[in-house]
Amino acid sequence: MLSFILRRLVIAIPTIILISVFVFTLQKLLPGDPVLAMAGEERDPQVLEFLREKYRLNDPIPVQYFTWIGNALTGDLGISLRTNQPVLELIGEKLPVTIQLATMAMIFAMVIGIPAGIFSAVKKGTVTDYVANVVALSGLSIPNFWLGIMLILLVSVKWKLLPASGYVPLSEDPLRSITVMLMPAFVLGTALAATLMRHTRSAMLSVMSSDYVRTARAKGLVERKVILKHAFRNALTPIVTLTALLFGELIAGAVLTEQIFTIPGFGKLVVDAVFNRDYAVVQGIVLVTAVGFIFMNLLADVAYVLLNPRLRKQ
Amino acid sequence: MTLTKMTLAAALLGATTLGAQAADLRIALQSDADVLDPDQSRTFVGRIVYTSLCDKLVDITPDLEIIPQLATEWSFSEDGKQLTMKLRDDAVFHDGTPFDAEAVAANIDRSQNLETSRRKSELSSITGVEVLGSHEIRFDLADADATLMAQFADRAGMMVSPTAAEAAGDDFGLNPVCSGPYQFKERVAQDRIVLEKFADYYNADDFHFDTVTYLPIPDTTVRLANLQSGDVDMIERLAATDLAQAEGDDGINVESAVSLGYQGITINVANGEKGDNPWGNDKRLRQALSYAIDREAINQVVFNGAFAAGNQPFPPNSPWYSTDFPVPERDVEKAKELLAEAGFADGIDLEVQVPNTTIPLQLMQVVQSMAAEAGINISITSKEFATLLADQSAGDYQASQIGWSGRVDPDGNIHQFMTSDGGINDSKFSNPEVDELLNKARKSNDQDVRRESYTAARAILNEELPIVYLYHQTWIWALDAGLTGFTAYPDGMIRLDGVMKAEG
Repeated sequence: MLSFILRRLVIAIPTIILISVFVFTLQKLLPGDPVLAMAGEERDPQVLEFLREKYRLNDPIPVQYFTWIGNALTGDLGISLRTNQPVLELIGEKLPVTIQLATMAMIFAMVIGIPAGIFSAVKKGTVTDYVANVVALSGLSIPNFWLGIMLILLVSVKWKLLPASGYVPLSEDPLRSITVMLMPAFVLGTALAATLMRHTRSAMLSVMSSDYVRTARAKGLVERKVILKHAFRNALTPIVTLTALLFGELIAGAVLTEQIFTIPGFGKLVVDAVFNRDYAVVQGIVLVTAVGFIFMNLLADVAYVLLNPRLRKQ
Repeated sequence: MTLTKMTLAAALLGATTLGAQAADLRIALQSDADVLDPDQSRTFVGRIVYTSLCDKLVDITPDLEIIPQLATEWSFSEDGKQLTMKLRDDAVFHDGTPFDAEAVAANIDRSQNLETSRRKSELSSITGVEVLGSHEIRFDLADADATLMAQFADRAGMMVSPTAAEAAGDDFGLNPVCSGPYQFKERVAQDRIVLEKFADYYNADDFHFDTVTYLPIPDTTVRLANLQSGDVDMIERLAATDLAQAEGDDGINVESAVSLGYQGITINVANGEKGDNPWGNDKRLRQALSYAIDREAINQVVFNGAFAAGNQPFPPNSPWYSTDFPVPERDVEKAKELLAEAGFADGIDLEVQVPNTTIPLQLMQVVQSMAAEAGINISITSKEFATLLADQSAGDYQASQIGWSGRVDPDGNIHQFMTSDGGINDSKFSNPEVDELLNKARKSNDQDVRRESYTAARAILNEELPIVYLYHQTWIWALDAGLTGFTAYPDGMIRLDGVMKAEG
């Protein structure tokens, strides 16, 4: 087992190096000078030159890369060109925000999507099924930003039920933190709920037509038990896999939602960093994300091996 | 079912906590400030925060007159090369360091010599600082500098605690210490900046909030929604298109002031190879473009009439506006004539780069259709702002839709753009006579001499048109109706003295 993990880790190293080189190069290909972008209206050539020196932007690109990756190995991802804050600190500050948003959105998506999928599979071909499908399709097609703004206008401005935007840390005031994030989580969750609903429906449909479900019915079980205990349990496996996959997508999708609801999360951090050509921040984020993904994959691989001894030999 | 109940309960609980803290003033800004160090910072919103955080040597009135703040009185020597200033003796920095002449000297030194300082060029005329007494100081200048007092009314005149600045160095901005009515409490990047009342402020009675929270909310619709829902008390830069909605809301008051800045089309006259084309070489084409545009119509169509049409670096209501050159009427025939004279009777193409955001794009589309009627075929290249700026600076453009946020002193709106070696002269326009006139205006403390110089320069620039000015933005603030005492300033800042919330 240990040798398996080690082997996987060794394979992960070149991947991380490749990603880091890729991101670094891509950034340098972006048009626009970070120092100029940062200067805005105040372009004192002397200061611009000093900053280029300070952030080593005058070094050849390979030298810049090795300086950066060397520092990164010691846990120093540099400082933000814009606010002078350390990049690692920024990431540590923003990541939990987005994870909270994504988790709440996932809960919304599951609570809405899965029951709707089951329902629509069971009532296949009826009006209920069509209505559920239309709703799901709308959920997929309504743009996030539009839904977000409409909700703000309705729920916050008209009914004054929820705050229009912003963020309160979970640690500061848990209830308020969740309250503030209800709307954004719902907006982010809707598209996902639709995807989940469609997948649940098709998984349920294929299971419902299988032999053991017919057997269960023949045994004289009540329909509710047939659906929930026999069919749904087996349909669940692909849904769970999909849900796990979609979580990563949620974090990416949070970018837009965070912009609308002014949530100081990971997505907003990366978008602002790209626009400001805040290289250190963009690189730091991509590196951390890449390492995170590789680590999650490794965990999944380990889990598969634990579940399936046949894989260990390969 | 239980979930809906929980949601509702949570929502109601959340709603009841809103607006509970009456002593906190919440202000929504259009973007997040950059580093909070007056010597290093660059953003407009940063300056809004400083207005409550960092006192300056002098301030301005809404009519742009210079008035005392930390300096109580001042005078220039006969030749304009010495400025003597008396300072107030009851001011103290947030860390307890007393404010005195030594502190001012240390601040000037920091602004001039900190490697990352953005204030160097603003204070470049100062060659020496002499402390005359505990609260009296003299600045020695290389040459007379009419812009200096206006610089002292902005970031270059903001005084930071010398003790704190020395201890923190480049990192001062993470925990700024100044001498304003509010002191720094905390900042969460992209989320909020919180200031709390400074009890030892010399004029503390005039400031009525325990804390002031600045929240960056970039989307204009969301910013207004936050005001309408009561989540914030005040927003800056309400979109002109939302003006009618805000004015129609009984719970909201709207205040506005025409800004000090301008927006226009900068044409590459001689910035590298790309300036060598008919648009750069023949002023008649640039004049034709100017004649083809109906500036008032732009104001009506794009900005619902809320902004001000313009044709100079100063807005028409500015004391520096040259009335000899009023905003021209649209004249398509004249534009066609000029094109024909220049040899382009059949029309000519012009590529204009535009920031890829809504307003500039709408603006250019209106200009595009107006120009088309005169035979100028504008193609719009929309670029993300950082790219646009880099291309413009490098001369890799034909024309560029860009503006300037504006400065209190007129020099700041024209000198660096129109003089041959001006720092932001991206057009690379060069005319010895204009150089001479603008330098003369910069050095004279006589308002009439300055005004004459600017008018004379305008006569040339109006012919040459390296920048075709289009309009002046109006700062629009929307405030909760319960908020009183706010005064709109043309510099767009939010001054909180006298601002208070009505009871209830």
